[in-house]
Amino acid sequence: MSKESGFLSETFASLRKDPLGMAGLILVVMILLASIFASQLAPHDPLEVDVYNRLQSPTWQHWLGTDQLGRDVLSRVLFGGRIALKVALVAISISLSIGLLLGMMAGFGPQWLDRLLVVCFDTLRSFPTIMFALAVVALTGPSLNTVIGVIIITSIPVYARIVRTQTQALRDHDFILAERAMGASTARILSYHILPNIAAPLLILASMDVPAVVGMEAGLSFLGLGVSPPTASWGSILNDGYSYLRNSPWPIIAGGIPLILVTLGFTFFGESLRDILDPKLRGKGGAS
Amino acid sequence: MLKFITRRALLALLILFLAVSLLFAMIHMMPGDPASVILGPKASPALKAELSQRMGLDQPLLVQLGHFYADLARGNLGVDVFSDRQVSEIVFEQLPYTLALVLAAIGGATLLGIPLGCFSAIKRNSLLDRVTAVMSVAFIAIPSFVVALYLLLWLAVNWRWFPAMGAGASGDIADQARHLVLPAIALGLGWVGYIARLVRASMLEVMEENHIRTARAFGLPERTIIVHYALRIAVLPTVTILGLGIGAMLSGALFAEIVFSRPGIGKLLHEAVSTRNYPVVMGSVLVTTTFFVLSTLVSDIINAALDPRLRDSGRSS
Amino acid sequence: MATPVLDIRDLSVSYRSDGGLLRALRNINMQIQPGRIVGIVGESGCGKSTLISAIIRLLAPNAQIDGGSIQFKDTDLLALDPETMRALRGVDISMVFQDPMTSLNPVMTIGRQMTDIQYRDNRSKAEKLARATSLLERVGMADPAEQLNRYPHHLSGGMRQRVAIAMALMTEPALLIADEPTTALDATLEVQIIHRLQQLQRDFGCAILFISHHLGVIAELCDEVAVMYAGEVVESGPTRDVFLKARHPYTRKLLECDPARIEQATRNLPVIPGGLPDLSDLPDGCVFRARCDVSIDVCARARPPLDGGDHCTACHVAAQ
Repeated sequence: MSKESGFLSETFASLRKDPLGMAGLILVVMILLASIFASQLAPHDPLEVDVYNRLQSPTWQHWLGTDQLGRDVLSRVLFGGRIALKVALVAISISLSIGLLLGMMAGFGPQWLDRLLVVCFDTLRSFPTIMFALAVVALTGPSLNTVIGVIIITSIPVYARIVRTQTQALRDHDFILAERAMGASTARILSYHILPNIAAPLLILASMDVPAVVGMEAGLSFLGLGVSPPTASWGSILNDGYSYLRNSPWPIIAGGIPLILVTLGFTFFGESLRDILDPKLRGKGGAS
Repeated sequence: MLKFITRRALLALLILFLAVSLLFAMIHMMPGDPASVILGPKASPALKAELSQRMGLDQPLLVQLGHFYADLARGNLGVDVFSDRQVSEIVFEQLPYTLALVLAAIGGATLLGIPLGCFSAIKRNSLLDRVTAVMSVAFIAIPSFVVALYLLLWLAVNWRWFPAMGAGASGDIADQARHLVLPAIALGLGWVGYIARLVRASMLEVMEENHIRTARAFGLPERTIIVHYALRIAVLPTVTILGLGIGAMLSGALFAEIVFSRPGIGKLLHEAVSTRNYPVVMGSVLVTTTFFVLSTLVSDIINAALDPRLRDSGRSS
Repeated sequence: MATPVLDIRDLSVSYRSDGGLLRALRNINMQIQPGRIVGIVGESGCGKSTLISAIIRLLAPNAQIDGGSIQFKDTDLLALDPETMRALRGVDISMVFQDPMTSLNPVMTIGRQMTDIQYRDNRSKAEKLARATSLLERVGMADPAEQLNRYPHHLSGGMRQRVAIAMALMTEPALLIADEPTTALDATLEVQIIHRLQQLQRDFGCAILFISHHLGVIAELCDEVAVMYAGEVVESGPTRDVFLKARHPYTRKLLECDPARIEQATRNLPVIPGGLPDLSDLPDGCVFRARCDVSIDVCARARPPLDGGDHCTACHVAAQ
């Protein structure tokens, strides 16, 4: 227990020395809190329509102005954070889990399985992501769940490939060979020995993936293929703003800011984390 | 070299085959009869009946797959539901615009990124290096369509430095170039950072290697060493990344086309999806996927041409 | 006596590191006469690489020259500006490095590399290629014209090293520095390369500074030898004298007190118990004292000077 807390406090101490990483962490926490407490923080109901006050510039009533239906942009932005959060959480955890499983199977299993899986991964990755998303949406109709589904399908090969490479690298290490010689089952080896060693880089990858996933959801919602109106997602705010660009720039400015903050925050934080944990990982080596 | 090309080409063909089959399968995995799915809910019953008959949709799946491929081989991607034009015609009409955009973005990104990366490596930890590093990460992270929107807002609508819409008058290269600037910047900005980082890391590694020390020991001028000896090796990873990155660029190009109302495959696809024009949707996705697979193949080949060590190794990356 | 090609006097070099100042070379004195072959023997960490880097002035950024001079013919290399020094490299002073696998540029043909280093000459490309071909012939490469079109990874280690030697001799330098050129090659290859080197030295007449682990090769090739230990020259002189009548305890240990065994000695230096001292925290007195079994009182207090004429040594015991 003390070993773990030592590791965490050590990591945090290193993080404090990196201004960008700290800034990233602060941004991430701020955004998480703002999204979770959106109901408390939002001054208005994000769906409340007030056509007489449409497309206003920022006022004391509406800090970020109003959109084309008179809805308060700030409130919509805050609630949009919830959508982004939900998508990121669901999509990443599912694709990570499945990718982990498939990747370990490919890396540790028989050659034919590896070849088969790699071909599947490469096939899925041969589609430009948004194009694939559009093709699916064309068939099933727009919905947030479709977006999450598409993100998952296109993310799995990425995680799986990395897990596969790591698993392959570890497979030939002495301690694994020793375990096999002692008759340990594949499941045991995978879960007790391989998994802990790939967990850290995988988690860093996942946190670096958040900006991409959030960006993709925003992009698809921007195209009108994600959330259905009147739900507020950062992408749909931008979409609305785009149609009324010449009337008021504020929806676009306001919609873009949280996206920029989220992507910058998670990326700076993730990079910093990776720099801190990497040399440590190399120094440790071997299974826990 | 020839063996390498053949091997990689066959693999690419296999992947393409599977991807296209997947698209085909998607149509048939949908609930409802395939004719409705293919032609969309807007098609008339007569059209659906004709399609069912023509495509033999009552026949076993494998036979249909065969017909599908036969059609593909003849370049027949189907017929547009609304205009009755050949999908292939429509798609290839729009393709050059997208290609121009992607090439402009890549060209700009490499022209800026490689020197930036090189200088960052030579003058490590200088102000230029640090600023480049932060900006690189920032622009890689921010979604390109957000950048596009902001560029549109500030430079096109607000300050009117660049046009906000379209591709420019046809035949007028200067005008078309002006219309390319903002979308290409939006698309390529992240890549400038990415390439700069890559080249920097590569250069730092290469400059430490023994053969650079040999070159110095023979008194070669530093500039020759940096540009002809070190950079030449250091840019190799960039080539691979670009080939793979074309896929991401195609996605980004879609957004750029929509934000700046440019003609192109992205815009075509988006409209087709909104109007449920399935043949056009499938045709566009097919063409772009093929393009992506081909570009990966080409970049692998160029990579092997530049780095002779890769030709003889058994496996590629 | 003619001006020595290389005259190192009192050279001291240190490295700035996190752990303090590493005094890698201390008061090195060495001379190489024109056309002579001088060898340097010593275990890893004795300062051979630092010495070479200092001579061609390609030291690491954290290195500093603490004192001394390196005279090349009549010029003090340490006083030269970088551009003039660069003009000397590859022309008057050439190098052959240790690891043939990594010393050549992997993405350029041999021909390109061999013509590039002739960039100062005003000859045509064809002439440069012809020069390269003839050099490759002289180092004993089969099919020299063919090799010019190949890449380094197509060539074996031995062939690459021959290319390296050809490149080094291309400009007929006054001094050729060879940093363990045969250590990475197998024994039969080593013999071939060494014989070729001897022949080339006779033909070109250059002086050679030859660093090696292999006592047998030094014995065969070198006219004089300097034994280095932990940054100092502990013994030097004509090879026969040093190897047959070794005066320093370290040299004796290296030779295992049996000169006849040099012929059959392994290609690695014999392992002597103990290790090198910490260069950032050197003991007083003689630097070898910790591993020496004949040391006396004064060895702990005063550093022995290098003296004794042609065959000199830095040892209090030997001086008696």
